[in-house]
Amino acid sequence: MLVIAGPNGAGKTSLLRILAGLSSPEAGEIHWGTKAIDDDESDYKSALIYIGHKLGFSINLTALENLRFWMQQREQPVNDDVIIDVLDDLALVGMEDVLVRQMSAGQQRRVALARLWLTPAKIWILDEPLTALDKFGIKLLQARMLAHIKRGGMIISTSHQQFAEDIPVRVLELEPS
Amino acid sequence: MSVFWSVFKRDWLLAFRQNAEFLQPVLFCLLVVTMFPLGIGPSPQTLQKVGPGIIWVAALLSSLLALEKLFKQDFLDGSLEQLVLTPASLPMLAIAKVLVHWLVSSLPLLLLSPLLALFLNLTWDMYWALLLTLLIGTPLMSLIGAIAVALTAGLNKGGTLLGLLLLPVYIPLLIFATSAVESASLNIPFVGQLAIIGAMLLFAIALTPFAVAYAIKVSQN
Repeated sequence: MLVIAGPNGAGKTSLLRILAGLSSPEAGEIHWGTKAIDDDESDYKSALIYIGHKLGFSINLTALENLRFWMQQREQPVNDDVIIDVLDDLALVGMEDVLVRQMSAGQQRRVALARLWLTPAKIWILDEPLTALDKFGIKLLQARMLAHIKRGGMIISTSHQQFAEDIPVRVLELEPS
Repeated sequence: MSVFWSVFKRDWLLAFRQNAEFLQPVLFCLLVVTMFPLGIGPSPQTLQKVGPGIIWVAALLSSLLALEKLFKQDFLDGSLEQLVLTPASLPMLAIAKVLVHWLVSSLPLLLLSPLLALFLNLTWDMYWALLLTLLIGTPLMSLIGAIAVALTAGLNKGGTLLGLLLLPVYIPLLIFATSAVESASLNIPFVGQLAIIGAMLLFAIALTPFAVAYAIKVSQN
């Protein structure tokens, strides 16, 4: 796991967006395996989950609908029971049919993070994943991150909060420009 | 293809959940057309003469209103960036969004068009031509508009800019469409004008998906 640290405005989010292939770098190339990501976009994209500051979900759909469409767009088999189980684990019991707009910030965040439970991906790029989460939510997410790393997954993340000690972390310190 | 339908269903569901927003442009068009007989007087000959132009200009303006919503919400809540990151091909997904948009914003206008034709005293032949031009002209508007909307999605006040960008581009469409209706009023065949609009539509179907996809990527940059 790579943590990108640095003060506000140092370019952490910009770096993550470039790594995810959303923004294009001014110079240089991003490589996934042996290929530049521009050469084989769909290969890289199916290996990647990016969760940014924005939810990536429509607030006028329910949690279940949002996650269902998310999985369809990732060309995965959709099973409502699996989605509901994950939501239950994230302490969103009975919230699957509530519109995302009616949820609290922390609950919305949990719905967005539910993607990490539902889709297999080798690399996670998470921008401030701990924002708006309570202690219990942070614990859940960190356990999930640890499990992901143990299975050989990669995480690139920014956070102003400390991650749990048992997650092996490399830190990249960005200096303010 | 399943991804295409997934995006289609998602947007369709959203459109119906926010149906008020999608009806507004159609009502706007209806109101604009209603204003003209009040403004220029109810003489049937005058209305018949200016009618097709009025309906087309009103349709263009209301399509601008409707187009604004095409990517805005998705841009703000981040759905658009997730769409860019799906492994499926982005041009195809962009077309799914444009298709839903056309169905919910232009199709109601087509259904409403007999009423508009009645307001402006169009003859049956003129109405028939008007309906055909709207049928092949409005998808063209949606497709071309989508490029500009995707480009301006990231801007705070993109609305006015959108009008300035798009209205000049719509001019050829307006000219051929109204000339088709005028030919119909003189009982001259208007297949030529329809063919030209149809050719523009085919051209747009072939190329705009890639332009829209590229514009979406640019808006994320």
